[in-house]
Amino acid sequence: MKALRNFLDKVKPSFEEGGKFHAFRSVFDGFETFLFVPNTTAKRGSHIHDCIDSKRAMSMVVIALIPALLFGMYNVGFQHYLVHGEEASFWAMFIFGFLAVLPKIVVSYVVGLGIEFVVAQWRGEEIQEGFLVSGMLIPLIVPVECPLWILAIATAFAVIFAKEVFGGTGYNIFNVALITRAFLFFAYPVKMSGDAVWVAKDALCGGIGSENALLDGVTGATPLGQVSTGAAEITNAIGSSMSPMDMIMGFYPGSIGETSVIAIGIGAIILLFTGIASWKTMLSVFAGGILTAMMFNSIGANEVMSLPWYEHILLGGFCFGAVFMATDPVTSPRTECGKYIYGFLIGFIAIVIRCLNPGYPEGMMLAILLMNLFAPLIDHCFVQANIKRRLKRANR
Amino acid sequence: MDLFSKKNKETFFTPLWVNNPVATQVLGICSALAVTSKLEPALVMGISVTIIVALANVVISLLRNTIPNRIRIIVQLVVVATLVTIVSQVLKAFAYDVSVQLSVYVGLIITNCILMGRLEAFAMQNKPWESFLDGVGSGLGYALILVIVGFFRELFGSGTLLNFRVIPECLYVKAGGFYMNNGLMVLPPMALIILACVIWFQRAKNPDLQEKNN
Repeated sequence: MKALRNFLDKVKPSFEEGGKFHAFRSVFDGFETFLFVPNTTAKRGSHIHDCIDSKRAMSMVVIALIPALLFGMYNVGFQHYLVHGEEASFWAMFIFGFLAVLPKIVVSYVVGLGIEFVVAQWRGEEIQEGFLVSGMLIPLIVPVECPLWILAIATAFAVIFAKEVFGGTGYNIFNVALITRAFLFFAYPVKMSGDAVWVAKDALCGGIGSENALLDGVTGATPLGQVSTGAAEITNAIGSSMSPMDMIMGFYPGSIGETSVIAIGIGAIILLFTGIASWKTMLSVFAGGILTAMMFNSIGANEVMSLPWYEHILLGGFCFGAVFMATDPVTSPRTECGKYIYGFLIGFIAIVIRCLNPGYPEGMMLAILLMNLFAPLIDHCFVQANIKRRLKRANR
Repeated sequence: MDLFSKKNKETFFTPLWVNNPVATQVLGICSALAVTSKLEPALVMGISVTIIVALANVVISLLRNTIPNRIRIIVQLVVVATLVTIVSQVLKAFAYDVSVQLSVYVGLIITNCILMGRLEAFAMQNKPWESFLDGVGSGLGYALILVIVGFFRELFGSGTLLNFRVIPECLYVKAGGFYMNNGLMVLPPMALIILACVIWFQRAKNPDLQEKNN
C-alpha cells in the first residue's frame, strides 16, 4: 500500500495544471480517490451522515455482489455440462462459466466507464463512482447468450440517456442497470426472452466446454417461462422436476446472477450489516410480493396465479431485484416511511405483472422501473405531510 | 415590392431551424411519433403538411380582411379541412400504399397545431406572399424533423432506407452474421428519444434557445 501511495504521489504533478498528462486528470483523480480515501472534505453545506464516502459504499455493494457472481459463473458451466449430459468436475464447470461471463463484465465496464471518463473530462468534473456498481449489475441480469455488441449498445444507451443527461451519478431517476436490461428487452427480444438464451449450449472458442451432442428433451426455459406457458410441473434444463431446495440453491436456467437465493442472501447480509441498503425497502418488497402472491393463490385463475407464494419469491429475479435493485439509494425514496410504501408496491406490481400479463413471465424489472418514477412523488407527499404536522404543532 | 427582401428570407428560413415548429415550438409531436417508423411515410407526411400549410396560409391571408373575428376559427377550419380532404384523396389515388400506412394521420392534419398556429399567428396579419413563404418554411421545418427521425428509425429498426436495403442481408443472424434490427426503434418511445437528441443538437448550436438556470 505504501509503495502504491508513493507511486501516486510521484506521478501526481504530471496530471496537474500544466503537466504532461493534464488531459487525463479526471481519470487519475478517479483512480486515486478509488484507491485511497481522499483528504479533502466537502466545502459547501455538508451532507455526510457517515464516515464512509460514496466510493467506499459502492465498493461494498460490489463485494456484496461477488457471491451471486461466483455462483452465476458456476451455474453457467453447470447448465452447459448438464444439457450435454457430460460429467464434469467443479473446476471445469466454474472455468467454463468464468470464461463465458468475463467478457460481459469487461464489455460493461469498458463501455460504461469509458463514457463516464469522457463526460467527466469534457465537463471538467471529478469522475463519479456510480458506474462501479452498475457495471457489475449489468452482466448479472442478462442471459448468458446475450451477444456482446448488443450489451455494449445497451450499456452506452443507459449510461447516456438514463444517467449523464440527468446530470450523472446521484441525479438519475431510473436505475441504470435496469434501463440497460429494459433496452435489451424491448430492442432485442429474441436475445432476452424465450427458451433459447438462458443456457450456454455451444462450446466457447478455444474448445472449452462439452463436445457431446445436446441431450433429447432439453428446453432451457426458465421456470417462470415454463409456468407462464402452462407447464404442469417446473423442470430444470433437462426436464427433470425441481424441488424447493433446487430453487433455493439456484441450479436452473435464468439470468446469470439471479438464480441462487443463498448467494443473494449472503449479499443481502453484507449490505444490511454495513447499513448500505435499507432493510425497510427490502422487507417491504418481500411483504408486498408474498401478500400479493397469496391473494392470487386464492383466485387461482391461471397457472401463474396458482404458483405457491414461496415459489414466486424463490424463482426468477425477485430476490435479486429486492436486494440489489430496489434498495439503490439514488432511485428509491429518502423518507423512511416512503421506503415501506415504495418496497411494498414493487413487490405487488412485480407479482401482478407475472400473473396478469402473459407476455412478460418476469415482472420485477418493470415493477422497479415504474416505482423509480414514483419515488420522488412518495418523498414529496411524506415531506409535505411532515411539514403540515409540525406546523400544526408549532401553531398550537 | 421586393419578393425576396431580407425580411421575407427571414420569414422563410427561421422556421426551418432556429424557430422550428417541432424542435423549438414543440408542436405536431403526435404525428412526429406516429408516422416516422419508416422514412417514406415521414417524407410524404412532411410534403403533405407543407402543401397544406402553404395553401391554407395563402387562402386565409387573402380572406383576412373579410373574415368576421368571432367566427375566424371556423373559417380557418373549413379552409384547412378542404385542403386536407383534397390531399387525402390525391394520396389515395396516386400513392395508395403510403396512404394506407399513414391511415388516420392524413385526416388528423386538420388538428395539427402547426396549421392553426400559423394561420392565427401569421396569415391573419400578413399579405399572401409573406404568408406563403411562412407556410412553406414551417411545413419544411416540420418535414425536416420528420425525415431526420424517420431516417434513423428506419435505418436501425428495419435496416432499410425508403425500402432499399442499406445494411447488407449477409450481416443478419438469419444469414449467419451477427446483426439484428433494433426492435425499440420501431416503437414510439424511440421517436421521442431521437427527437430529444435533435433538440439537444439544435440547442447546443443555438445558445439563445437554451433555458436559463434560475
